[in-house]
Amino acid sequence: MAAMINVALPKGRLGEKVYKMFEEAGYGCPDIFVGRKLVFENRDAGVRYFWVKPSDVPIYVERGAADIGVAGKDILLESAPNVYELADLGIGKCRMVVAAPRGFEDDSEYPLRVATKFVNIAQDYYASVGRDIDIIKLNGSIEIAPILGLSDVIVDLVETGTTLRENDLVIVEEIMDVSARLIANKSGYNFKSREISELLSKIR
Amino acid sequence: MQYDQNVLTRTERRIFALRTLYSRAGYRSYRMRKFEDYDLYSRNKDFLLSDRVITFTDTNGRLKALKPDVTLSLVRNLKDRPDELQRLYYDENVYRVSERTNTFKEIMQMGLECIGAADNDAVAEVLDLAEKSLALVAEDQDYLLKVSDLDIMTLLIDDMTDSKDMKAELLKLAGEKNLHGIRDLCGRNDVPAEKCATLTALLGIYGAPEQTLPELEELCRGTVAEAESAEMISVMRELTDDSRRIVIDFSVTGDTSYYNGVAFAGYIEGIPEPVLVGGRYDMLMRRMKKRSRAIGFAVYLDSLGMLGRNAGDRAIDEFFSNTVRDEGGED
Repeated sequence: MAAMINVALPKGRLGEKVYKMFEEAGYGCPDIFVGRKLVFENRDAGVRYFWVKPSDVPIYVERGAADIGVAGKDILLESAPNVYELADLGIGKCRMVVAAPRGFEDDSEYPLRVATKFVNIAQDYYASVGRDIDIIKLNGSIEIAPILGLSDVIVDLVETGTTLRENDLVIVEEIMDVSARLIANKSGYNFKSREISELLSKIR
Repeated sequence: MQYDQNVLTRTERRIFALRTLYSRAGYRSYRMRKFEDYDLYSRNKDFLLSDRVITFTDTNGRLKALKPDVTLSLVRNLKDRPDELQRLYYDENVYRVSERTNTFKEIMQMGLECIGAADNDAVAEVLDLAEKSLALVAEDQDYLLKVSDLDIMTLLIDDMTDSKDMKAELLKLAGEKNLHGIRDLCGRNDVPAEKCATLTALLGIYGAPEQTLPELEELCRGTVAEAESAEMISVMRELTDDSRRIVIDFSVTGDTSYYNGVAFAGYIEGIPEPVLVGGRYDMLMRRMKKRSRAIGFAVYLDSLGMLGRNAGDRAIDEFFSNTVRDEGGED
């Protein structure tokens, strides 16, 4: 009998898009959007889903509670889990950018004050361009930081740019493109490689 | 006096089983001192899983360290005899920072080393013992030994770029089986498409040696890695019988400034990380001014503590049978 694949899905809009993708590939699960349950299975399709907080997906997969999972590249770069990254699903596309108030000019005499949720990504980026920075770690409403003088710039994800425009911020640098990635546990992959490869070929 | 085996803990039983396996295969136990001069580790930080080491000043003023690793210490203290094969095994406690807790842990590690005239026969012997070690400690769980070759990987990557940073990035992506990342990186750096395709095809090879070795031979024919692939194939052909739980998988990587040639990692179903890691480390020997060649592996006995404890499929099955399926029935 084929083994069940345990899938960690990110709660929210991205997770719903990913689930649709899996459903179309034959891995549907009845009632997955009904009620507040967080775990669902379809034994006939050989799949179980867990809805988890998006930033927790890599932990579930790295620790083997889920065999595979879907996480944004931003989350993977930030948490650097020891997992396989098997596919770029091409959905949940957005950009990691540096944004600043309109007319901002960087004064290299002082460290640049950078507000962000993505501390590691921001540090790596500025290290790669040789710029000294002060990191201000925030957990939300990043756009407000330059307005209040808390920071000079922000490093954040942008999908349409509406939030930036409404807060009079402009993109000054693009760091990278971000999209949803399918990840797998490095041990679990070996014992369910046939099932995971089949799933991968069907969703592509 | 006879003793009752039941008084032994699971870990002690595993240690005795492995000691028996290694000593019957002609390996002798090697004991080392608890402390080493700190400079040994400070000069070889990249070789260690973590560069943080517990240090203290000895009564004579020398800076000492609690061993974070066995191989470095063993290589330094062992006499260099490149024309003979020294077969050794050890079980030692090491002290290093756990990636998970970010605090120092005492870790029980068992392993073996083949040092000196470590030719291809020695490689096959060590791979055989690695697989047998997994079989011994896996209890009733499935297990798998994944084998790769860093020489093949390094030669193909060196042929793609001169950039040190890009080589490191390609090796990292290879370890993640991140084929789309490799294609993207190659595309951005004008790497010829056929060289990129060879590397991604190498990483696509996955399976038992009898199925994958012909694939490897075909893929590497006419490439810079042809001779190295032939060498790997000749070693692996000795390990192709059906009963073996060995797969070829080039996503097993390592720091190429220390490791070269065959690299391997052992997994047990239900344990999310490798429980056995090993490979050839002639480069480390050169760095330590030794003429011997060497290959070895370590078994992480602390990881084996997760056997039967980790959530995995059994716990999830229990959850579904106790809750979700009951609810479904009531609906």
